[in-house]
Amino acid sequence: MAFNKVPVESVDAVAARVHDGAMIAVPPDYSFVAMAATRALIRRDARDLHLLAVPQSGIQTDLLIGAGCVSIIETAAVSLGELGAAPQFTAAAKSGRIAIRDSTCPAIHAGLQASEKGLPFMPLRGLIGSDLMRVRDDWKESENPFEQGDRIVMLPALKPDFALFHAPFADRNGNIWLGRRRELVTMAHAAKGALVTVEEIRDINMMEDETLAGGSLPALYVTAIAEEPNGAWPLGVAGKYEPDLEHLAHYAEMAKSANGFQNYLAEHGA
Amino acid sequence: MSATDYTKTELLIEVIARMLDGLGHIAVGASSPLPGAAALLARARSGGIPRISVLSSLRHNDFTDGARELFDCAAQGRIDAFFLGGGQIDGKANVNLVGLGDYPKLDVRFAGSYGSAYLYFLVPRVILFRPEHSRRALVSKVDFISAPGTSPPSLYRPGGPYALVTGRCIFSFDKEACRFRLQSIHDGETVGSIRENTGFYFDCPSEVPRTPPPSAEALDLIRGDVGNDIADVYPKFAREVLSFD
Repeated sequence: MAFNKVPVESVDAVAARVHDGAMIAVPPDYSFVAMAATRALIRRDARDLHLLAVPQSGIQTDLLIGAGCVSIIETAAVSLGELGAAPQFTAAAKSGRIAIRDSTCPAIHAGLQASEKGLPFMPLRGLIGSDLMRVRDDWKESENPFEQGDRIVMLPALKPDFALFHAPFADRNGNIWLGRRRELVTMAHAAKGALVTVEEIRDINMMEDETLAGGSLPALYVTAIAEEPNGAWPLGVAGKYEPDLEHLAHYAEMAKSANGFQNYLAEHGA
Repeated sequence: MSATDYTKTELLIEVIARMLDGLGHIAVGASSPLPGAAALLARARSGGIPRISVLSSLRHNDFTDGARELFDCAAQGRIDAFFLGGGQIDGKANVNLVGLGDYPKLDVRFAGSYGSAYLYFLVPRVILFRPEHSRRALVSKVDFISAPGTSPPSLYRPGGPYALVTGRCIFSFDKEACRFRLQSIHDGETVGSIRENTGFYFDCPSEVPRTPPPSAEALDLIRGDVGNDIADVYPKFAREVLSFD
């Protein structure tokens, strides 16, 4: 079935839209992370993905890196939070198996905001004197054209192929409700398309309800939707369910060794 | 009145909270349970005066414009205090959150720079915290500068380091001299033990005061509402370190 041109598909079909080598923007663990779709990407053996963490990531990135799906990651940080370092990210960083484009949170937001506006770059304060400027040869120190001597950094626009995220619900027209998780809106605006899994599809039209419309992403940005209840598990969805802390701790332990990581993948349908 | 029976964590929460008195808006970033608890303590004992924005919290965070709003707020001067940890911190208050060794072939990889390369420049009072006070953590020169402690006067920089809180002492930061100065030492430490465990040079007054212990009121709050509130974002910290369930 298709609603108003936004196709509703299985999570595997949505994941299949991500071609090898695609640049994918993903949100932080405390936002709405498409974990079921992440497992689908691993099942379909995606390769050479270029992940853009907006602005940081956790278990999703660790899983994709451990499964060999990633060749480049641009991020402000990767960590399992209170559970410690992200083991597969850390191992891949040490071995040099993946290229890491170290960034800082607002630089990633700014690069996406440039794309939202169709601009080639965005200026940003801070940064000057950080070694990030030394290792990021695509960032340019420049001068404020309106004030002589005021040094400022120009960051190139970030234009992902897809924004990939989860959401509490969609309506029958493919509008997505995101509430205050508006980094997902920025991601979708900046990307060429958005692949979205949702807890449920409601038979309503959000645009007829001012309260819901204000917290939504309009369907015009959405490429495809999969209805996937519990689709953020083992992460949570604010207002719906909490992160599964016991499972996350289990992952953190298993992922410490290559064997343990492979066993985890086998156990959890990826 | 002060209590005699308290943990190191409780002391550090109280120490950081004292640095927040009178501020209007305190933001707490990733992997910052101690500062989060301190901000909640400062709010609890001032009758809820400072606004607090704890990253990734639902209950202690009023941002509605997504993950970028914290940074946009900071750039406008709407945030008075922020906190940075650091795998390494050096004597010029440079912070390294990226790793040890020569980039990109690092010997040890840390999580990454988070928002440090921006917020350190823009938030007036950045409090550095590093419970592990050792020559491994507090070094003469960081391997990678995620965020520099100081900048040339010509650079737009309303923000920067205010103090460094460790498990052994408090340093204040002298921006003019670009050096830390020993401000107080915690119970059980001496100037000698601080020097022995610090990899950078710091200024030291002839008499160094003791860090005052937490008040009984502070401990009651930490073991009550603050512990409960921080469990929202840092359940493991609340459970293990504050014995809060």
